[in-house]
Amino acid sequence: MSDNTNKKKVKEHVRVTPRLIISYIVLAILTFLCLFFFYILIINSTRSHIQIQQGFSFLPGGHFLKNFSNVINDAKLPILTGLKNSLIVSTCAAVLSCYFSALTAYGLYAYDFKLKKAAVVFILLILVMPTQVSALGFIQLITKINLMDTLFPLFLPSIAAPAVFYFMYSYMQSSLPMELLEAARIDGCSEFKTFNKIVLPIMKPALAVQAIFVFVSNWNNFFMPALVISSNDKKTLPILIASLRSADFLKFDMGKIYMFILLAIVPIIIVYILLSKYIVAGVTLGGVKE
Amino acid sequence: MSEKDNKKRYKSVSYAKWGYVFILPFFLAFAVFQLIPMISTVFYSFFEYYRSGLKIIGPTFVGLDNYKELIQSDFLKYTGNTLLLWIAGFIPQIVVSLILAAWFSDEMLKLKGKQFFKTVIYMPNLIMASAFSMLFFALFSNIGPVNGFLISSGIAKNGISFFTSVGWTRALIALMNFLMWFGNTTILLMAAIMGISPSLFEAAKIDGATSTQIFFRITLPSIKPILVYVFITSMIGGLQMYDVPQILTNGNGNPDRTSMTLLMFLNHHLYSKNFGMAGALSVILFIICAILCLCVYSTMNEKDDSAPKKKKAKK
Repeated sequence: MSDNTNKKKVKEHVRVTPRLIISYIVLAILTFLCLFFFYILIINSTRSHIQIQQGFSFLPGGHFLKNFSNVINDAKLPILTGLKNSLIVSTCAAVLSCYFSALTAYGLYAYDFKLKKAAVVFILLILVMPTQVSALGFIQLITKINLMDTLFPLFLPSIAAPAVFYFMYSYMQSSLPMELLEAARIDGCSEFKTFNKIVLPIMKPALAVQAIFVFVSNWNNFFMPALVISSNDKKTLPILIASLRSADFLKFDMGKIYMFILLAIVPIIIVYILLSKYIVAGVTLGGVKE
Repeated sequence: MSEKDNKKRYKSVSYAKWGYVFILPFFLAFAVFQLIPMISTVFYSFFEYYRSGLKIIGPTFVGLDNYKELIQSDFLKYTGNTLLLWIAGFIPQIVVSLILAAWFSDEMLKLKGKQFFKTVIYMPNLIMASAFSMLFFALFSNIGPVNGFLISSGIAKNGISFFTSVGWTRALIALMNFLMWFGNTTILLMAAIMGISPSLFEAAKIDGATSTQIFFRITLPSIKPILVYVFITSMIGGLQMYDVPQILTNGNGNPDRTSMTLLMFLNHHLYSKNFGMAGALSVILFIICAILCLCVYSTMNEKDDSAPKKKKAKK
């Protein structure tokens, strides 16, 4: 650390290099690309259909509330039910996958048994296997057990989440001392209680990060829900957006379309703005931690 | 070390069953929701089983006929589309990410606002792909603001009909994939570069190496395992490409199905209840993904091997 600060002090006298200027320009362009589309989205969600047709403007119009109430009151595209369904599915998926992945990771970390090594290798092998390849059998199965067109098939499979498991497993290896568990055992704590009362609180940072990622990926999930859900009152947001797309586009109130997209992504953006530090730090932990 | 081992062995006498109890829900859920469906998917791939009007035909065993029929249909075309769309997004993504990661991790450069830039470039990754795609459709449609701008500024007098042009549709899909993933890749690569022992860089600087030389001779070779990891996981992501082209082209991959990806094809068969063909397609996808999974597994093992070395070097 002290070495670093020394370096910085020395370099403060160095002039701005062409390389620095180029990097700022490139970063500015990329930042523009990332933000500009959302800027247009926000602006256009505040403008009426006619204003949008007249051409693009950098200034917001005054139709935010009108568009908002138009979207909320459209019975054909029930966005409030969509928000509610997406929230239920994403929350349940996040809770289930975090709890059971931590439980599995704990089982494989703290206990020694015959199939332990095989189980770890197996989970790592299926770590990046897409679930879509078994979609056909999945649909057949949930048709048979009468869960078609319900929200359950959208979050129950989250109990087995290899990526979340891998994250929890790595986290335990770096920050869950076995001595602590032994101490709990000596104090007469049962195995389940040890997990719930001692391990879970220690895992809080890992749980929080993974909960966010699972929540977001389920919030955005489109492939499976579109196959499972058919009735209007169970549709999640991505399915509603798909039906927005397949509706006759030219007849639509454009202000309403922009408002709808905005409402679908706003919850995630708010979460991201509040927690971006942890989320960005969590990316590397989840993906390529040694 | 040996003491710890002893402790563990002692535990295994009385607590082994808890290990099984704790991992049971995971493996049970995996068996019910993934393994059994996968087996029945393979099973259906050998049967003629589809819906014709209101009538269900089959299931009758037809051997490998579904696979033959699949290869003869547009399967190869859609495989080509998927690969093309993936590569068109991946090349700019990896180039930009490498450059940004090198800049972000370069102490000499004195870049300010790193946290801000990282936050901004990662954001599109969290946006709902279908909403993002819908936004692009609204912006680039014939009556959208992009065409409005092109006409009013005189760049293109009649505007550009983006979604009837093969090139533009593909380019927009690639652009969206690029925007959604370059931030993620940058952060991964940056972490990898930060993990390289600083003494390597210092030695190179003392020897008078330029930053370009350092990048190509030290940074790139050192992060090779993570580059391989990024490449393969991105390829698996590319095979799964669905939301963006599905919404952008309303599920038909137009113009002329040139933006139809493999998963859109699968969805099409599932939706029209042509289970035999969907099964065959799933099995082919499964085999490709299984090979890629093995590659990921081996890169992870490589990393595990190199990890202790890195730690030693740091000390």
